[in-house]
Amino acid sequence: MLTWLLRRLFQALFVVLAMTVIVFIGVHVIGNPVDILISPEADQAERARIIADLGLDQPLWRQYLVFLGDALHGNLGRSFVFNEPALKLIAGRMPATLELAVTAVLLSIVIGVPLGLYAGLKPDGFLGRTIMAGSILGFSLPTFWVGLMLIMVFAVQLGWLPSTGRGQTAELFGLQWSFLTWDGLRHMAMPALNLSLFNISLVLRLTRAGVRETLPMDFVKFARAKGLSPARVIFVHVLKNIMIPVVTVVGLELGSTIAFAVVTESVFAWPGMGKLIIDSINVLDRPVIVAYLMLIVLLFITINLLVDILYTVLDPRVRLEGKR
Amino acid sequence: MNVGKIRAAARFGVLAAGFLAAGAAHAQSLTIASSAPVTSIDPHYHTLSPNQSFDSHVYDRLVDRDPKGTPIPGLATSWKLVDDTTWEFKLRQGVKFHDGTDFTAEDVSYTIDRVPRVKNSPASYSIYTKAVKSIEVVDPQTIRIHTNGPYPLLALDLSQVFIIPHKLGSDPTTEDFNSGKNAIGTGPYRFISYKPGDRIEMERFDGYWGKKPDWQHVTYRMISNDATRTAALLAGDVGIIEFVPPTDLASLRKDDRVRLSEVVSNRSIFLWLDHSRTGPTPFVTGPNGETLDKNPLKDLRVREALSIAINRQAIVQRVMEDAAIPTGQYLPPGAATYNPAIKPPPYDPERAKKLLAEAGYPNGLRVTLNGPNDRYVNDAKILQAVGQMWQRIGVQTNVDPSPWSSFVAKAGRQEMSIFLLGWGVSSGEGTNPLRAQLATWDAAKGLGTANRGRYSNPKLDAMIEQAMQTMDDAKRDKLVQDAMKLAMDDVPVIMLHLQKNIWATRKGLVYEPRTDEDTRAMGVHPAP
Repeated sequence: MLTWLLRRLFQALFVVLAMTVIVFIGVHVIGNPVDILISPEADQAERARIIADLGLDQPLWRQYLVFLGDALHGNLGRSFVFNEPALKLIAGRMPATLELAVTAVLLSIVIGVPLGLYAGLKPDGFLGRTIMAGSILGFSLPTFWVGLMLIMVFAVQLGWLPSTGRGQTAELFGLQWSFLTWDGLRHMAMPALNLSLFNISLVLRLTRAGVRETLPMDFVKFARAKGLSPARVIFVHVLKNIMIPVVTVVGLELGSTIAFAVVTESVFAWPGMGKLIIDSINVLDRPVIVAYLMLIVLLFITINLLVDILYTVLDPRVRLEGKR
Repeated sequence: MNVGKIRAAARFGVLAAGFLAAGAAHAQSLTIASSAPVTSIDPHYHTLSPNQSFDSHVYDRLVDRDPKGTPIPGLATSWKLVDDTTWEFKLRQGVKFHDGTDFTAEDVSYTIDRVPRVKNSPASYSIYTKAVKSIEVVDPQTIRIHTNGPYPLLALDLSQVFIIPHKLGSDPTTEDFNSGKNAIGTGPYRFISYKPGDRIEMERFDGYWGKKPDWQHVTYRMISNDATRTAALLAGDVGIIEFVPPTDLASLRKDDRVRLSEVVSNRSIFLWLDHSRTGPTPFVTGPNGETLDKNPLKDLRVREALSIAINRQAIVQRVMEDAAIPTGQYLPPGAATYNPAIKPPPYDPERAKKLLAEAGYPNGLRVTLNGPNDRYVNDAKILQAVGQMWQRIGVQTNVDPSPWSSFVAKAGRQEMSIFLLGWGVSSGEGTNPLRAQLATWDAAKGLGTANRGRYSNPKLDAMIEQAMQTMDDAKRDKLVQDAMKLAMDDVPVIMLHLQKNIWATRKGLVYEPRTDEDTRAMGVHPAP
């Protein structure tokens, strides 16, 4: 277990390093942040001064070494745009994205698993077919369009929910969260639903496929023959066996929902990390881009790790060290 | 969308409806939706129009601007020239900062001293203070500013510099402004909180020296997505939005829930032409793609042909949905130094063909038209429209828009032949575009800084220099008008249109539209 963990950590370090190199080269190839940030009325001397101030006059390899040196001391640089530490900026936006993504994933489980279970048990019923047809829409409708439609219906036409923004927040662990206030929850309803649409369909289809696959198996027949109640057969024997693919996918989707909530965030003017990263890419704010991607890489590695550990809990046949 | 979700949403909506009373507009508070994020509360950190728009609420300047852009007294009640290099400003008496201290001449000198020393500023306000050589505090209500040589634009430049109190001490940090600790001004609103990328909260300052604004509480929200901003207004979550997207104009004009206010702005959209090469320019070739031995864009007849081949009226109507007017110069009618003799170039494809033939290109040319696709209103669509119009005079046009972040670097390195750009005249008068855009690029003199096509005309340079030595406003304006006529007759850039600034408010509100793009709570009033 320990060697396995160490190997994982070493791989993680390598991935993070490779990613920083790619970002440095990528941003350098696209253009110069100074061209975008500087006032068009600034003169040539002012431009040269700003380039030197931000350290962009140095050769790229030296800029990278300076970055690595600072990073070792826990300093990932200051945003060119906001003149605040990149990590502080991201941390300030993170709760908004986290609560949105977690709510969306929870919604996808709460809605997706029961629907998938039903569709798997009654594959030929009218409702079962309707659910499956509906899930195709969930996959194929573009997020931004659904988001705008939600706003038009529930905020503009019906006036039930606030159209955009995060609403009132309350403090917990020193951070601001919306899910603790009623106003915050009302603001979160539409973006969370919008973000979860794809995941609901995904979970639903996985669950249905798992149920269909498991039902004809011998242990299910045996359990039934033993006279167990249908509820126990389904919720204990069947559900437990189909949870492995669902857990894997939900885990990975949590990662990508956090990292790529950007479309939903911009449609609903949700002040999360996704909006920050898109704005930063538009102005080539390299410190923020690097810090954000490092964080996301770490996030994915952690989630993968957790998923692997969850496997062993769900399926006793899986042994982490057996992989050697 | 599947059944389960519609039900879930509907159920949630019913629950939520009961609590709606809280969402109704409070009579005393106003929510503004801005189109781009404010990047700092520090008024000297980043020269960016959303920042300046917000700063006007919390801070004051010596010289303010009315909605038309005309200078009006701010913290200075009057100003005059003592001699060619000395200006005297009389300061307003009885003005208080939000922390209760009095505003005096010392604050002005402290502010101007701080501006160039803001750390890590990516776009410093020092461009507005660099003419200042020294400041002399005559008495608490009078200051004299000495300039490096005659500089007629000092009062206009100082209208961009927001005054902060000297008790903030030496080199206050930008972070302390963002946290609110240093965010102290003399403006009509007191700063309360700032959530980057989300909102700024402000409260009316009761000790304000000027007219009391209508709103007790102002929330300044940043909603960069166009469709969302419009939806937020329609839903009644915000009272006013800026930069109404042209695609929504037609429907909003008919919608009786909202009211539009529009004005022609100082932001022009035009095509730069490559003047830097006498030899072949990379994206202009013969009709079959053959390399030419010289740069056709150096020939006035070619430039003029390309200009009059464009039907500006059609672009304004079809592409811009009337959110622009055709133009032949940088400033709109009514602005200082606007020259009525410079008309928008008339649409004349026949003459364009003749001019091309005269210039030695009877079979036309093949060009690539570059430009950004995420910077100006409908930029990529404008490029396509121009491309089609050029096609009709035998100029085969390949349209190649790209994101601003990669485009702007190439434009700065003269890597393109014909490309679209825009320019907002911050000073509101003509020396600004003449010096930044059309003067010969000269790093030592700081001229031609935005001259991306490297246009150079010694006669024009001389006229600009003369204008900048002329301290008499009327005489200088005349010189600037003449210089602009001389320049535009030579077609250094192909002017297309001037954008309109458009705001939309809820039915019960009115906004006096501003040429400078600022969205100010002070200008929003209940409808009479």
